[in-house]
Amino acid sequence: MSMELIKPGINIDFVGKIKYAVIFSIILIIIGIGSVIFHKGLNPGIDFAGGSIIQVKFSKNVSADAIRKSLQSTKLENSTIQQFGANEFLIRTAESFSDQKMLAANVEQPLTAAFSKDYEIRRVEVVGSKVGADFKMKAVVAVILSWLAMLIYVGWRFEFRYALGGIVALFHDVAITIGAVSIMNIEFTISILAALIFIIGFSINDTIVILDRVRENVKLNPKQKLGDIINLSINQTLSRTILTSLTVFLTVLALYIFGGAVIRDFAFAMLVGVVIGTYSSVYIACTIVLLFENLQLSKMKRKK
Amino acid sequence: MIKSLRIRIAITAAICLAALYFLVPTFIPQLPSPWNSYFPKEKIHLGLDLQGGMHLVLEVDAEKALESMIERTSVDLKESLMEGKVRFRKIEKATGATISLELTESSGKPALDKILNEQYSDLEIASSTPRDSGQLVVLKIKDKRAIELKKLTIEHSLETIRNRVDQFGVAEPEIIPEGDNRILIQLPGIKDPERAKNLIGKTALLEFKIVDDEASLDEALRGNIPDGDIIAYGSRTDRSTGQKGSVPYLLKSKSLLTGASLETAKVQISDRYGEPNVSIKFNSQGATDFERITGENVRRRLAIVLDGVVHSAPVIQEKISGGQAQITGSFTMDEARDLAIVLRAGALPAPVNILEERTVGPSLGSDSINQGIMATIIGSLLVTIFMVIYYRLSGAVADLAVVINIFLILAVLAALRATLTLPGIAGMLLTIGVAVDANILIFERVREELRTGKTPRLALDTGYNRAFITIIDTHITGIVASLVLYFLGTGPIKGFAVTTIIGLIASLFTAIFVTRVIFDYVTLNLNIKKLSI
Repeated sequence: MSMELIKPGINIDFVGKIKYAVIFSIILIIIGIGSVIFHKGLNPGIDFAGGSIIQVKFSKNVSADAIRKSLQSTKLENSTIQQFGANEFLIRTAESFSDQKMLAANVEQPLTAAFSKDYEIRRVEVVGSKVGADFKMKAVVAVILSWLAMLIYVGWRFEFRYALGGIVALFHDVAITIGAVSIMNIEFTISILAALIFIIGFSINDTIVILDRVRENVKLNPKQKLGDIINLSINQTLSRTILTSLTVFLTVLALYIFGGAVIRDFAFAMLVGVVIGTYSSVYIACTIVLLFENLQLSKMKRKK
Repeated sequence: MIKSLRIRIAITAAICLAALYFLVPTFIPQLPSPWNSYFPKEKIHLGLDLQGGMHLVLEVDAEKALESMIERTSVDLKESLMEGKVRFRKIEKATGATISLELTESSGKPALDKILNEQYSDLEIASSTPRDSGQLVVLKIKDKRAIELKKLTIEHSLETIRNRVDQFGVAEPEIIPEGDNRILIQLPGIKDPERAKNLIGKTALLEFKIVDDEASLDEALRGNIPDGDIIAYGSRTDRSTGQKGSVPYLLKSKSLLTGASLETAKVQISDRYGEPNVSIKFNSQGATDFERITGENVRRRLAIVLDGVVHSAPVIQEKISGGQAQITGSFTMDEARDLAIVLRAGALPAPVNILEERTVGPSLGSDSINQGIMATIIGSLLVTIFMVIYYRLSGAVADLAVVINIFLILAVLAALRATLTLPGIAGMLLTIGVAVDANILIFERVREELRTGKTPRLALDTGYNRAFITIIDTHITGIVASLVLYFLGTGPIKGFAVTTIIGLIASLFTAIFVTRVIFDYVTLNLNIKKLSI
């Protein structure tokens, strides 16, 4: 006997529960939008908003307050200070230091004065507002381009209604992942953008696998109702869908736990995206295909 | 699919051996001597986020270069007009890189046209409006020439920065133009980022100007600056108190000589205080000019101005021949050394602004590598163990494919001299998750076929064939998404895109081709009744 998570003869009525799924998704999206509104927009990282991040590691116990105190009466006075691992802190400011001596005057001298040499500046990132604006533009283009590319590819390989289903599912995944990022108040950085685009590529995979099966089954039983065929196809591929999501989830989880603070936000967005992407392939993509079919059927009836 | 199993085994073996070939320098850093000549030298290139270093994006203010050129041209034009006996009133550089002048006679226009035609082919008349008996004329640089000049400015800046970085001594720097007016600089392993930034970003325009001792400095400071003069400041450190103050100078605005006339510059220790200074040597034309200038201005003060700051203004005692001079000031040894470098490499033709800076210290870089490797090992262990538990021996075959996949990714990175970044490691780990997907698809299909009572051989064939198209589809969409990221991302994210693309292509090979070879070998050569799947 081989090991089976999902029994071969399984027949869950996915299509029958579409209504609940749609309501569930809408609630998730509304919560996400609510969080974005509550936080007054996304929390853009310096990649998009411009500004500076300085990561400092201390060799002894230091509190964020002590650091804030030491930076008083410098240009970093109003910066936010966030713990980033043991005795390690991120100092962020909206200021972008294009002047070469600024860092020395505003960080090194006050820190040395307060903590002598017991610290090490491990990372400095400064993004000017011009570059930030460029990145913003590029980010929007990247997401739209990847959507379009998927739409074209799936539209070419399948029929338009399938492609439409896939794309709506991608919108859904991106919206919910952004919502989750907003709820956790994670900074929206280029890494998060990369995670979103990876999720777009990943989520369409599951959708393609299911749609491939739907197409195959439509050919085998052309007379059967689409709803039944979709249900059958989801059930047939369910085991694979869950297994693959599990393996990817495991790797992302390893990344989240062991990959270090620098990559943790990225891994978080991926974790959310992998789960949501799997769910949306099963429910959202197929729902749209079915809705589209019903819409066309009723149109055809009216024409007759 | 190629029919002959033997050929397929040969292809698999050849690709694996090629991968090992490219990975030898990465895993065995010091090959013994007869061997090292047979293998490539390139190790896997680590991104700045892993090995530490500085990433800079500079913007060249080419408009400024245009403006300073207009400024110089307006001075020359003034002289040409005077020589040509054209009567004019007030000639000056106006806003937006233009020159405005007022011709006082109606005959002035044709005369100006003639001078422009003969000597200033870059200039054209932007507008002319009648005023009194003459005309108010605005001149500008021809559009085509202006574009050319801006392009030259960028190229020249690039060249200058390359020179400076080379002389500073950074291993494997990357300095490339980006977009219209930006320069991307990557300096791996840099120890003192502040100093490097100073060195790269300094305009280093060295000018020699005469101090105007005839006019009153106090009067000028009150706002009555004589025509053709400017005020510049120098810093002075009080030797007893160590306090720094600034000293104003009234200078003739015309530069008599610039750093462009230098042959070389080097650090010297002055005898008096043991302080470093920078000794400069002019080229032959510069030396002649310097001799003439010093000869004409004996008893006056010559200001040495670097980027608008007066470093010193010694009195010219006598005509100086030989073309040697010294720049003194209170330099530290490093400052003097860096000044010598920038003077040797030449001035930037235009000021540069730092648009983006990302510096990662070496300790953070090595932490990131360790954490990335840790996550990769644990992630792949989880997946491989899961596959063996779930699919038994078939799972082990898929795991072998994953291991080959990882080696292929690293080998291609080494062979293409692509860069491995922290997101790149994440991409590799994710590819592992996705790569087993292809095998899961196949195995699930094979199980389905086995359930219908097919023989292992037939079930495998059907399983592979049915899953094939789906696998192609999922891989292509993944590659397309990564391509979008590649074209729009920056350094580390590009690394993510590159490893993902390589990983997906490798996975097509390992998951479909390699595992099939193993299964075919086993089912054809061993009499298998039951598949361990």
